[in-house]
Amino acid sequence: MLDFVQQLVSGVALGCVYGLIALGFVLVYKATEVVNFAQGDLMMLGGFFAFTFIGMMGLNYWIGFAGAVAAMALFGMLAERVVVRPILGYPQFSIIMATIGLGYFLRSIAGMIWGTDDLKIETPFSQGVLRMGTLVLAYDKLSVIAATMILCTLLWLFFNKTTLGTAMRASSENMLAAYYMGIPVKRVVSIVWAISAAVATCAGVLLAPITFIHSNVGLVLGLKAFPAAVLGGFGSIPGAVVGGVLIGVIESMAGFYLAEGWKDVAPYIVLLAVLLLKPEGLFGLHVRKKV
Amino acid sequence: MRFLFKTDYEDDIKLFPHSGYVVSYGILLALLLIAPYVLSSYLMSQLVFVCIYATVGVALLILTGFTGQASLGHAAFLAIGAYTAAYLQKYNVPFPVYFLAAGALSGLIGAMVGFPALRLQGIYLVIATISFALIVEEILARWESVTNGNEGMRVKTLSLLGVTVPRDSPTFYFLCLAVLVLTIVGTLNLLRSPTGRAFVAIRDSETAARSMGVNVALYKVKSFAISAAITGFAGVLFAHKLSFISPEMFTLQLSIEFIIVILIGGTFSLHGAVLGAIFIVMIDPFLTYLKDDMPGIIAGIAATFGAGSATAGNIQSKVAAFASLNGLKGAIYGIIIMLFVLFEPLGIYGRWLKIKLFFQLFPLYKRATFKRQKIYVKSERNR
Repeated sequence: MLDFVQQLVSGVALGCVYGLIALGFVLVYKATEVVNFAQGDLMMLGGFFAFTFIGMMGLNYWIGFAGAVAAMALFGMLAERVVVRPILGYPQFSIIMATIGLGYFLRSIAGMIWGTDDLKIETPFSQGVLRMGTLVLAYDKLSVIAATMILCTLLWLFFNKTTLGTAMRASSENMLAAYYMGIPVKRVVSIVWAISAAVATCAGVLLAPITFIHSNVGLVLGLKAFPAAVLGGFGSIPGAVVGGVLIGVIESMAGFYLAEGWKDVAPYIVLLAVLLLKPEGLFGLHVRKKV
Repeated sequence: MRFLFKTDYEDDIKLFPHSGYVVSYGILLALLLIAPYVLSSYLMSQLVFVCIYATVGVALLILTGFTGQASLGHAAFLAIGAYTAAYLQKYNVPFPVYFLAAGALSGLIGAMVGFPALRLQGIYLVIATISFALIVEEILARWESVTNGNEGMRVKTLSLLGVTVPRDSPTFYFLCLAVLVLTIVGTLNLLRSPTGRAFVAIRDSETAARSMGVNVALYKVKSFAISAAITGFAGVLFAHKLSFISPEMFTLQLSIEFIIVILIGGTFSLHGAVLGAIFIVMIDPFLTYLKDDMPGIIAGIAATFGAGSATAGNIQSKVAAFASLNGLKGAIYGIIIMLFVLFEPLGIYGRWLKIKLFFQLFPLYKRATFKRQKIYVKSERNR
């Protein structure tokens, strides 16, 4: 039983990281109906920025964190301006390929700049554990869970309660109509990319004590975030986090209770099952097809 | 230049619209046939890889280019073909049998992937094919009794009708070339048949295709199966060429490379697959060239322009350091994908068509001829 709870908590913590990356997917998808395959790599880059600020320049953790988030928000806008804006309104496949290319590029550039070693950021949460009876919970995992909750709530409020959030949803549902109604679609898209890069950075920094930072971490975790986003229903913010947590728990349970090898495929088997049985995901909107 | 006046519906679907095609492709084929007696063994080896990649490119083109079903999982079909060959070889099955078996098995699995894919569109299909490929990769690594796990499998030398065909021999190259040519001709014939036109109709508008009486589900599954089967055939040749296969060869990276093949070549014509394959295979020799010869050449140029030997040596070492950077290949891939998507979505073949049209229409060429149309589709969720 204790094992089960322990696995559950570490699964939830891991799942929150998937959820944070999936949040990035969902943000961009919700606002532009585009899936950003470079999301994991934005996360990796955010982690490296934070490492540069904190580990190499010796700044305070929180200042470094904020600096990395700000820098990555700018970088997200830049990436949107250079790679996505020229092909906005073209078939989805073009944009998927462009973001795959961006991901490749970021991965190898990061490898060139920061080397291929595993890097580590010292965080205020890296040491120390919370003991509850016989249950031992590490602070770094708890910090991931807490941060995910906060970010998810903020983003949900942003999308549903602010004018900008509404504009984003409008531009996703019908870009041309949004233009006609006076929504500055290009600026909206640019802001969305800034926010999703910032969210990715949060994921990267929080993840640093758990999985270390290296140039391929984005690819590995980005691929795991797809099942999370699909499970929750692409386009639903709470869905992304719930999906992420479910995937994390499934993965850690499969790693503990099933034979070796199931751990890595379990998320994808779940993903295929979800796509087959309920393609709109757990929280997705089900809209009747109009012909 | 030559004007083609079509006077008959048959003219639309001719394999060779005019005699110029016969001459130019005949010359190309003749050059390819004498290649092994002229080129170095290294270049021949690259040419074999071009044939294999182009075969997969054509297969992917049927699915992605002509049926409009994106797939990022073709490395899995290649792996299925390769492993089937390696496994059956252990039981002394003759080449023609396991060659066909590999294609049949890949095609069957492709059809099985096609069925679930019926309900999926766009991005969901991409994600589903990625996860299919990841699952296959994991199965290859874990099913040790058949695949020998991560240690990989040795592939014996090909023997055809009692004659052994080493992987470096001209005969093996001719075999690959024959498979490629047969694939291309077969695909051309497929595309001018009702099946091929149904594929194109599905790509252009599923609803319109259905209203014209096309059985969309059937043709999507067919497209998956055909594409997977051809990839399986290529997989057998791939396994023989490498003579050793292991799960880490058939990663997502390889699937993306196949997509790059058709993206860079051009997704609307079979020429594109071949051009893209040449491009992808030539990146490695290009990097080697960059590493070995470029620094010296650049230093030589600097020296002739009056730079001192110290400066020239400095430049040489800097260029060499840049060329041997880790992950330069990935960066080049990334930049190339982005540049092609942004500036030349029709690929190399599209660029060639533009150049050709420019000379044909010389003073009257309009840039807008190939202008892309923005579509601003409504949300997929509402569609």
